[in-house]
Amino acid sequence: MGKIEDLETINGEGYQLTNLDKAIALARANSVWPLPFATSCCGIEFMATMGSAYDLSRFGMERMSFTPRQADLLIVAGTISKKLGPVLKRVYEQMAEPKWVLSVGACACSGGIFDTYSVLQGIDRIIPVDVYVPGCPPRPEQIIEGVMNIHELVKKESNRRRYSEEYKHLLGTYQIEIDQHGEAK
Amino acid sequence: MEKQNNQEYLTAVQAAFGADVLAHEEAFGMLNIEMTPSRIHDAIQWLQQHQDLSVNYLTNIAGVHYPEAVGREFAVVYQLHSWKNNLRLRIKGFLPKENLHIATITDLFAGANWMERETYDFFGIIFDGHPDLRRILNMDDMDYFPMRKEYVLEDATREDKDDRFFGRNNNEL
Repeated sequence: MGKIEDLETINGEGYQLTNLDKAIALARANSVWPLPFATSCCGIEFMATMGSAYDLSRFGMERMSFTPRQADLLIVAGTISKKLGPVLKRVYEQMAEPKWVLSVGACACSGGIFDTYSVLQGIDRIIPVDVYVPGCPPRPEQIIEGVMNIHELVKKESNRRRYSEEYKHLLGTYQIEIDQHGEAK
Repeated sequence: MEKQNNQEYLTAVQAAFGADVLAHEEAFGMLNIEMTPSRIHDAIQWLQQHQDLSVNYLTNIAGVHYPEAVGREFAVVYQLHSWKNNLRLRIKGFLPKENLHIATITDLFAGANWMERETYDFFGIIFDGHPDLRRILNMDDMDYFPMRKEYVLEDATREDKDDRFFGRNNNEL
């Protein structure tokens, strides 16, 4: 028995066996392409996270995707006003499966200090969120911690998550309809 | 030519508009003139076209809500600027809440377009003759005017905010 990171393998003369699901999950986890949806100061912290000092590219994430079609991870960093809400939902729907959402900072998680008529009180009111990063704004270390938790999810979740009834039900609660390929209609 | 000062502006406006100048004061060195709302458009046009006064720039249009002032609940405030005389002045018009109509000045200053939309968006003041008077900052399906003081500032859908941490007393909401 051998090991590649967290992956159990069976090693022999000239071959190595493992579980295909887990190998795919490992590959996915180490090449997550993020779409930064940054609207305010948390976005600045995220820029520091991307920069050379903290260097998010150590985790296979150097390729920021500014098109939702080629993104796996939606990073929402900053205050989302109610007017921006439908735009964010549209971006989420345009992302192809598999996809995850990281909510960075107090505003994205709960509206933060902006307890006011114009601000969405947490992005989980319009899209499902996988990992919440608290803080106002969170330091880059905290954002990396959130990203690590996303990686854990990617490694542990079923590769066929999109076909599960739970997933359909979850998206249904957000009024997001999906087709037979698990993509939002 | 000598540069004009506040007093000269006031005298000129009073001479031209007489009884429509309802009140005036100088606040922090800036001239404030309250006028009959229906005459504000003409007054601004006159100030803009006047050779010496030359009020050529519209800085801002704002609304104010005074819920206690019966019959004059809403104010529309025009902040104007004369580059030639390096002088700023405010023109105010007070409207009763039953009739929130005032003439647009988009024909005088193109920049008034968005400012009037904003004032409409937050206070519901209707600028008659505006080419496209609809909400500009708030979401389109908002069904009230949020800067009016009868509405609470807080979001009605909030669930996890503890008022004590926002410096507010629960009983006040």
